[in-house]
Amino acid sequence: MTTSQLRARLSMPGPMRYANPLIRSTLLRHLLFAVVAGAGLFALTGALGPFRNYQLATVAAYLCATAGLTVLTGLNGQLSLGHGALMATGAYTVALTQNALADTGRVSGGYLLLSLALGVLVTVVAGTVIGAAAARLRGPYLAGVTLAVAVVVPALTTTFRGVFNSEQGLSVYLAPAPESLGLYFPYERWQAWIAIIGALLTLLLLGNLIHSRFGRHLRAVRDDEVAARLAGIHVGRTQVLAFVVSAGCAGLGGGLLAVLAQSVSPGAFSLTLSLYLLMAIVIGGLGSLAGALWGALLLVALPALTSTITDLADPSAAVAQRLDGNLSLAIFGVTLIVVVIAAPGGVQGLLRRVGRFVGARWRVPTGR
Amino acid sequence: MQRIAHRALAIATSAVLVTALAACGSDEGGPAGGNVPGVTDTEILVGTHMPLTGPASAGYSKIAPATKAYFDHVNANGGVHGRKINYKIMDDGYNPATTQQVVRELVLQDKVFAILNGLGTPPHSGVLDFLNNSKVPDLFVASGSRAWNAPTRYPYTFGFNTDYTVEGKILATYIKSNLAGQKVCFFGQGDDFGEDSLAGVEQVLGASTVAVKKTYVTSNTNVAPQLGELKAGGCQVVVLATVPGFTSLAIGTAARLGFKPTWLVSGVGGDYPTLAAQLGENKGLLEGMLGVNYLPSAAASDDQWTALFRKINDERNGGAAFDGNIVYGMAVGYLFVQALLAAGKNLTRQGLIDAIERGGFKGPGLAPLRFSKENHSGYGGMRMIKVEQGKQDYFGPTYETDSAGGPVNEYPEAPPAPPANGIPTS
Repeated sequence: MTTSQLRARLSMPGPMRYANPLIRSTLLRHLLFAVVAGAGLFALTGALGPFRNYQLATVAAYLCATAGLTVLTGLNGQLSLGHGALMATGAYTVALTQNALADTGRVSGGYLLLSLALGVLVTVVAGTVIGAAAARLRGPYLAGVTLAVAVVVPALTTTFRGVFNSEQGLSVYLAPAPESLGLYFPYERWQAWIAIIGALLTLLLLGNLIHSRFGRHLRAVRDDEVAARLAGIHVGRTQVLAFVVSAGCAGLGGGLLAVLAQSVSPGAFSLTLSLYLLMAIVIGGLGSLAGALWGALLLVALPALTSTITDLADPSAAVAQRLDGNLSLAIFGVTLIVVVIAAPGGVQGLLRRVGRFVGARWRVPTGR
Repeated sequence: MQRIAHRALAIATSAVLVTALAACGSDEGGPAGGNVPGVTDTEILVGTHMPLTGPASAGYSKIAPATKAYFDHVNANGGVHGRKINYKIMDDGYNPATTQQVVRELVLQDKVFAILNGLGTPPHSGVLDFLNNSKVPDLFVASGSRAWNAPTRYPYTFGFNTDYTVEGKILATYIKSNLAGQKVCFFGQGDDFGEDSLAGVEQVLGASTVAVKKTYVTSNTNVAPQLGELKAGGCQVVVLATVPGFTSLAIGTAARLGFKPTWLVSGVGGDYPTLAAQLGENKGLLEGMLGVNYLPSAAASDDQWTALFRKINDERNGGAAFDGNIVYGMAVGYLFVQALLAAGKNLTRQGLIDAIERGGFKGPGLAPLRFSKENHSGYGGMRMIKVEQGKQDYFGPTYETDSAGGPVNEYPEAPPAPPANGIPTS
């Protein structure tokens, strides 16, 4: 293929770039991408130490939630301040199911799949209820309702102490890594595998979804509800569906977090988490799944970075005490402000711009 | 078409290659040849999780720096068996989710030898399984929950505080003999802390005698409804199983409601300087407040241990305001050095656990430490303490009991004098 042919093909919209009908199929293309990414990540987990694997797993768990929130907020234009609570729903369902299964002696690792599926299911039900209410509301009113969800769900755990054990939370029964992996197989690598499979599956499904007709409906509703309605799109149904899909992803993310921490507590799913999730997708780049990935990375990297900065600066004990817990929030806030001003498209938008710039440069000498 | 096939082949080949590479990657973690995590010839790395910020940080944020100051003192005098103790403090804000992260970082990333004095029942409960599965010594947990005393299930975990049930029994014994006939009520944290404490009180007084029982959660700082109910219930004596922030909140809120019962406060939430700092000009409300403790009083001027810790605090801790938290932090440091010495020069994790299980440690504590193979709880008793004219000091005998139905007995033995340089020798 000559450069001009390539250029012509790259300028074609979407899947038409690819000559082969197999690759032109969105599903197959995404599947191929997922398999390659999976293999790369599998190799990565082997190379990383246990703590890095744990962090990688945490990124994967957050990615499920941020990807779901990206579909809802970035593509459908609905704001949710309650996704932390939806993650809690998934996490507590996984915890309760795992412990109930362990009580009846069903302890093998395979049952984890059942628990995670149930976690997603329960969150989907919760998402349907909230989504139905949300579809009737706009802007600040919608934010208000989802904010209430974020506040109420953790409070439920103290109201129904017998089930949720108040602020102390529940420990989650988890089977050890399969014996076939070897006696000294690091448990964190096993956790990373579970979380990565979950995240890849989520991205695969969402990737296909937003390339489908439903994806176009989502964007149409976001851009102009009246026009969408004129085009025959059922606006309310689209909005509720977007909420349900997004809730399911958050449920899986929460369930995976429960698996990673081997414990759940309301403190892990406070209002701050909901706000962090939203900030993360805005910083990462609203409206693309790649942006959700940057957001998930930031959620894990920023607090760690903060403590490193505090360590390096070596402030006096009193100052360090003030900074330690609060600095990460401040840094997140400042980053958000800087990104919104300097790069409204977020990290992903910035990268795309840089890519285009470099591409343009590269084209000059080779162009004929 | 052929090109696509080639490309697919290339991708598949590279995927297989990286996978194979990963498979032959380092799978360490087997029985390492004498390599103990966190221990070198010159250093022992130990970590902790503490609420340096957040709702429970009041007072508690001073504990870990005090322990570190004590270690600095030991290090300046040659360390333990020639090794200096490096104490890494991580802030978890009393949030169990953050505790998960920071403890994993300490264990997996920094490879600490042990976790020392991790603070708080809800935060520490979440890492109990992780630490014991990873076989990391989980020493002297800063909480009186009975959960730390489970040698068969959690062989690597040891408590420090007198457990909350023992505490409840001793407080109730005081009520029984000095405040008989008064209406007794209870206000506690809605977790093991509150539950264990109430269990102790009810063991001695009987379940039906505690008239009103209320709980709080640390994420909600409005305790007016609960205190309103205590007032409406006509309570004359209130047992508080609260962390310092909520002790001052409860006493302050009660005063606003015009409710002034006799307060009996748990040791972990009853340090006078901490509470007085929070109540500010209203610290007069603390006058007559009763409590229990098992470490030297920060206010005692004639206590040799207090004098020693005060000196180290001035020299190594920037002269931080001296209170019960400093005494507590240094007492933890002293016990850890004793345990290290008992474990011998060839320090291993199992060696340390065995040394602690042999027990026999004597230090600043008024009550006996109960460590043995079957018992991983910390101190086994307490002494009553009271605020009079802005000074909190002990009165009466030290009591000792168990967390089951055993009797509450007097413990006559006084703590030994501290070594001259403040460092244990064996």
